[in-house]
Amino acid sequence: MGHSMKRKEDARFIQGKGHYVDDIHLPGMLHMDIVRSPYAYAKIKSINTEEALKVPGVLAVVTGRDLEKYNLHWMPTIMSDTQMVLPTDTVMYQAQEVAAVIATDRYAARDGKEAVIVEYEPMKPIIDPYKALSPDAPVLRTDKPGKTDNHIWHWEAGNKEATDKVFAGADVVVKEQMYIPRIHVASIETCGCVADYDKVNNHLTMYMTTQAPHAIRTVIALVAGHVGLTEEKIRVVSPDIGGGFGGKVPVYPGYVVAIAVSFLVGKPVKWVEDRSENLQADSFARDYHITAEMAGTREGKILATRFKVLADHGYTDASANPSKFPTGLFSIGTGSYNYGTAFMEADAVYTNKPPGGVAYRCSFRVTEAVHAVERITDRFALEIGKDPAQLRMENFIKKEEFPWKSPTGWEYDSGDYHAGLRKAMDVVGYEALRREQAEKRQRGELMGIGISTFTEIVGAGPSKDFDILGIKMFDSAEIRVHPTGKAIARFGTKSQGQGHETTYAQIVAEELGIPAEHVQVEEGDTDTAPYGLGTYASRSTPTAGAAAAVAARKLRDKARKIAAHLLEVSEEDLEWEPGKFTVKGAPEKAKTIQEIVFAAYTNHPQGMEAGFEATHYYDPPNLTFPSGAYICVVDIDKETGEPKIRRFVAIDDCGNIINPMIVQGQVHGGLTQGLAPAMYEQLIYDEDGNILNGTFMDYLVPTAVESPSWETGHTVTPSPHHPIGAKGVGESPTVGAPPAIANAIVDALSHLGVTHIDIPITPIKIWKILKQKGVIQ
Amino acid sequence: MKKEITVTINGETRTATVEPRMLLAHFIREQLRLTGTHIGCDTSNCGACTILVNGKSIKSCTMLAIQADGKEIITVEGLATVDGLHPIQEGFHLNHGLHCGYCTPGMMLRAVELLAGNPNPSEEEIRWGISGNLCRCTGYNNIVKAIQYAGAKMRGEELPSTEPQFV
Ligand code: FES
Ligand code: FES
Repeated sequence: MGHSMKRKEDARFIQGKGHYVDDIHLPGMLHMDIVRSPYAYAKIKSINTEEALKVPGVLAVVTGRDLEKYNLHWMPTIMSDTQMVLPTDTVMYQAQEVAAVIATDRYAARDGKEAVIVEYEPMKPIIDPYKALSPDAPVLRTDKPGKTDNHIWHWEAGNKEATDKVFAGADVVVKEQMYIPRIHVASIETCGCVADYDKVNNHLTMYMTTQAPHAIRTVIALVAGHVGLTEEKIRVVSPDIGGGFGGKVPVYPGYVVAIAVSFLVGKPVKWVEDRSENLQADSFARDYHITAEMAGTREGKILATRFKVLADHGYTDASANPSKFPTGLFSIGTGSYNYGTAFMEADAVYTNKPPGGVAYRCSFRVTEAVHAVERITDRFALEIGKDPAQLRMENFIKKEEFPWKSPTGWEYDSGDYHAGLRKAMDVVGYEALRREQAEKRQRGELMGIGISTFTEIVGAGPSKDFDILGIKMFDSAEIRVHPTGKAIARFGTKSQGQGHETTYAQIVAEELGIPAEHVQVEEGDTDTAPYGLGTYASRSTPTAGAAAAVAARKLRDKARKIAAHLLEVSEEDLEWEPGKFTVKGAPEKAKTIQEIVFAAYTNHPQGMEAGFEATHYYDPPNLTFPSGAYICVVDIDKETGEPKIRRFVAIDDCGNIINPMIVQGQVHGGLTQGLAPAMYEQLIYDEDGNILNGTFMDYLVPTAVESPSWETGHTVTPSPHHPIGAKGVGESPTVGAPPAIANAIVDALSHLGVTHIDIPITPIKIWKILKQKGVIQ
Repeated sequence: MKKEITVTINGETRTATVEPRMLLAHFIREQLRLTGTHIGCDTSNCGACTILVNGKSIKSCTMLAIQADGKEIITVEGLATVDGLHPIQEGFHLNHGLHCGYCTPGMMLRAVELLAGNPNPSEEEIRWGISGNLCRCTGYNNIVKAIQYAGAKMRGEELPSTEPQFV
C-alpha cells in the first residue's frame, strides 16, 4: 500500500502491442457501416438498396424491416425503456441508425452506405425540453401505448414541506437557474465490436468496447435466447479499451445489428464507428436544467437547499443508472455542509435528440448535483458578503460528526473537510491572493478565486438498493495461486486505462505477501473472469478491490492452517507478518507464503481440500464518500474576455491510497475532464435538431495547451467500512473541478453584479458581459 | 485501379498493392497489420494516428498510402531497438504518461520529432508541440514530464525524478 509501483500494463501499450477492438482481424471477417438519419424527426417513406447492392464488395443492406422478422428491431435500455435498433417507420433524432451495410471491406461498406437512398418526410422536432412539456406539444413516443405526453418520470428526495417552511421563514434566500450542458465523453477510441458467430458450434464470441462485459452477456442471452443463443453459448470479450468514461456502458444499435448479421451469415462482422458518429449518436452526458436555491441566515448559517431539475433525455431514457435511481445519485447534492433540511425534485422528458445520460467520468449524475450546490453556496456567500472559504469552514460537517446522515438519506462514511480546505488554502496562498485581487480590482483588472469543496458518492453499491436490470451491484475477485507461489487474479470489472493490472496486484500483494510482480491480473473475458457488473462510477476499488482483499484474507486463513500443520503448532500460536507465518515467541520458526502454497499442492493436511484459490463476491455495506477541496485562480483579459487559469490546486481525500502515482494520474485526467465542460465542451443543437458541432473540428476537447499544470495533493480519511479503507477516486476531479472554475470566473466579475454564468464559460460569454457592463466600450 | 507501392517501415521494405484512395493509416493497420498506430477521428484532429514519415511526424489518416511510396516510415513498433526501449517509451512508462494507451503511440512519435528539432524544450514548447494530439485520460501533466525525461536522457543529462510530486 502507498507504493507508486510503475504500471505492469504499460509494456504493451508503449510498444504498440495494446489489443483494442479495431485491432482484431479474423479470417473471413465482414465490415459493417451504418446509414444515419439527416433529420431529427421524420417518417421513412422508403429505403432503396438497389444501387448499394450493386457496389462491388457489398453483400447486404439490413433495415428495420429485416430485423422485425426476428423480433430484433427493438431493444430494452438500462432504465427499462425501449429503443429502436433500426427503425421501421420513423426516425427520432439526427444521426439515428437507419440501415446497416455489410461488405467485404471497410471501403466497400462505406461506398455502399453512400449508395443507399432513403426517402424521408421530415416532421417538426421538439428540441427544447420545456416545450416538450407544454400541453399542446405533440406526443413523440407514439410507439408507447396510451402515452399522452412527453413526460418520462417524476422523482423526489428529501422533505418538501419542511424545506418550504424553512425557505418561507429564512432571512436570506438565493436562487439561480443553471444549465449543465449536454456533453460527450469522447474517449479517443470510439465504440465498436467484432461479432463472431460460429454456426457449427452454435457459439457467439462478442469482442466489444464495453465497460461491463458480464452484464452484456446476460443481456444478449435474455434478448437472443429465443433464437437459441443461451448464456453458456455466449462469450463476451472486452479487450483493451481506449477510454470509457461511461460511454461504453450502454448497448448501441450497431452492436446488436452486428450480432444479428453474424448470426445469420455465420461470419465475423466488424463494426467500428467514426468519431463523428460517436459524437452525434452515442450516449451524451448531463443536459440538466436546474433551479437551485439556498436559504440561510444573514450571519452565514446554511439552513436548507431546494433543487428542481428538468432532465432532457432525448428520444428514450437510456441513462446508465442503477434501476431504482432515475436521477442517479443526484441526491448527494446537499453537499459537504451541516444542515438538516432539503428537497429535490426532477422531471425527465423526451425530445428529438439522441438518447443517453451516461457518466462522463462521474458517478451517476453527481457532477450535476455538485455543480448546483457548490455554485449556490458561492452565490449565498456573495449575497451575505462573506468570504466563500469562511462560509464553507463555518458550515462544514465536522470530522467527529461522521457517520453523518444527510437530509436526503445518505450516510456519509467519513471525512475531514476542514483539513482539506485548509490545506488547499495554504498551498495556493489564499489570503495573499485575496489581497492581490483587492488591489487588482482597484486598478480595474479582473482576477477571481473559486472554491469547490465537494462530497462524492461512489462504489455502487449495496445490493439492498443497487441493481442494474435486476442484477445486484456486487463485484468479484478470484485468486488462484500456483504451486510455485505465483498468482493469477481475475475480476468482474474492466479497466479502460485506470491501471487495474497494477492496483489489484498491489492489493493482493499487500494481503497475501506475494510480490505484485508475480500477481497477474485478468479482466474482461466472461469465460474466465468471475461475474461482476463492471467498471464505472468509480466502483472498481470500492467493490472489486474490496473483493480482492477479502478473497486474499480467505487464502490467508487457509495458509494459517497449512502453516500450523507444517510447523506442528496450533493455529493460535501463529502470527502473520507480510509474507509469512511465524511461531509466537520463536520467530526463527516460520513458513513463507511460498512454502505454504507449495505445501497446499504437495503436502496438505489430511482432510483439507488441496490447491490454493479463493473467490469472493463483495457486497458493500455502504457507498464510499470521497471528498475534495479545489481552488482555482483565473485572470481574465478585459479586452477579449478570455479567461486563463493561473493555478489550480486540488486536494483529494479518497481514503487510503494503494498507488499514489496512479491516483494522481487519475486526478490529473479527471481535472482535465472537469475543465472541458467548464470552459469548452457542449453539444449544440439548432431548433431543427441539427447538431452544430458533431466532429472533433468543432467539439473542443482540451489539448495540452488549454490544460493548466495541475497541482495535486491529498488528505487521508479512510473509509471505515471498506476492507482496506479505500474510497475510489477516478471521477472526483471531474465532479469537483467545474464549480471551482465557474466560481473563479464569477468571482472575477462579481463586483460588476454578475452572480452566475452557465458553463461552458467561453470568452464570448464573458466578452458579452463585459460589453454589457460597460467594461468594454 | 490498384497501384503498387514500396515503403520502408521500421527498417523493413514492404511492397503492396493498394487502392489509390486508401489512407496510409488503414494501409499500416490493415494491410501491414501494424496495429500500434491508432485511429481516433475522421477529421485529422486527434493525432492518435501520428507516425514518422522521413523523420517528420504526420497524421497518417491525412495521407494516402500511395503518397508514402518510396518513403521511410517509423511507427510505434519501430521505436524500441535490440538495446531496449527508446527514451520516449521509458519516459512515458516511468512518469505514468499513459492510462488507456490509445493516444500513446501517436503522442510518443510526435514527441520524438519535437525533441529532434528542439532537444531541450520548455514546458510551454512541449505543450504547444503536442497540441495536435489529444489525450482524454491523463490531463497531460505526466505526458509533459515524460517528454522532459526523454529529452534529458537523450541529451545525456542527469535524469529527473520519476516519483509523483504532491503539494
Ligand atoms: S485519426 Fe485522428 S488525426 Fe488521424
Ligand atoms: S491515455 Fe487514454 S487517450 Fe491518452
